[in-house]
Amino acid sequence: MGRNEQNLTEAISEIKAIREEFWKDVRIPGIQNELNTELEKAGRVADFLELGELMCKDALMRKESCGGHFREESQTPDGEAKRDDDNFSYVAAWEFKEAGNWELHKEELVFDVVHPTQRSYK
Amino acid sequence: MNLTLKIWRQKNAKEAGNLVTYPVKDVSPDMSFLEMFDVLNEQLIQKNEEPIAFDHDCREGICGMCSMYINGRAHGPAQGTTTCQLHMRKFKDGDTIVVEPWRAEAFPVVKDLIVNRSAFDRVISSGGFISVNTGNAKDANNIPIPKDDADNSFAAAACIGCGACVAACKNSSAMLFVSAKVSQLALLPQGMIERESRVLNMVRQMDEEGFGSCTNTGACEAECPKEISVENIARMNREYLMANLKK
Repeated sequence: MGRNEQNLTEAISEIKAIREEFWKDVRIPGIQNELNTELEKAGRVADFLELGELMCKDALMRKESCGGHFREESQTPDGEAKRDDDNFSYVAAWEFKEAGNWELHKEELVFDVVHPTQRSYK
Repeated sequence: MNLTLKIWRQKNAKEAGNLVTYPVKDVSPDMSFLEMFDVLNEQLIQKNEEPIAFDHDCREGICGMCSMYINGRAHGPAQGTTTCQLHMRKFKDGDTIVVEPWRAEAFPVVKDLIVNRSAFDRVISSGGFISVNTGNAKDANNIPIPKDDADNSFAAAACIGCGACVAACKNSSAMLFVSAKVSQLALLPQGMIERESRVLNMVRQMDEEGFGSCTNTGACEAECPKEISVENIARMNREYLMANLKK
């Protein structure tokens, strides 16, 4: 589950290609004017093909390791997650513009009483 | 295992439906009934035929969506088991399995195996809740409750609203479903406050939806995937009588 610059960039282009193929080539049995469970499924897949790319884009932007998001380029000498609180103390809220294009809004995280420290299980 | 499935196909609510035979080969005994349907549907799609429409959601036995009448039993032959948790090892190689939707006037067929169960939603909106301003959750031990009441309420609350009881009942009665909700709430202090209006409203809505009357057959309890007891029906009958006397 380790992410790095290269595999994330590759994933984004692969997802874009799948999405293009989907919209060009998908076959949905049944008709559109009545209950169509396959159409429902196709709608979900279409959403996932956008969400998947966004998840990779977000991971690519966040050049630190934090929680479940592990960037191989950002780790302590003994392989633990290394955060970059100076640059990434925010929630990334992405605004949908069109498929493949989102605008980043940063919601800053400010810790007054309890401050983030390095996680250690030792 | 190789099986022969006879599945109800119906294009929409207006057209007549019928049973269509589908041979299904190489079914793994570890597959769930719905997984087998997924495999069959994939084959149909490859052949450019329309796949079978059926309700499903959690596939874990808790949401109440899956609703197939399998070989004349709601959710199939296994006791206390929903369709999604029914595995093919319960059947033998060479078996013929007949699959139909829930049959009840109050549950009109929408397509193939999908029926419209919004009647249940309307019954719940008519009174299957408590009206209270929620704030912070109180400590659960603040109000001492007899263990029997708590246990019975919890057992009644296990109802997932699938409608198997209605389908299994020869009268299409919804008494087990309605009484499970009425019981769950009437047994606890928070629910006692509105118990009279609740039972009167829910029974009235139940009748308006066109469900049948209860004649104490017990098929509902036998088929219920959550093993809800008919004792709840007895309890609701008492609630209903008391509510009418107090009017």
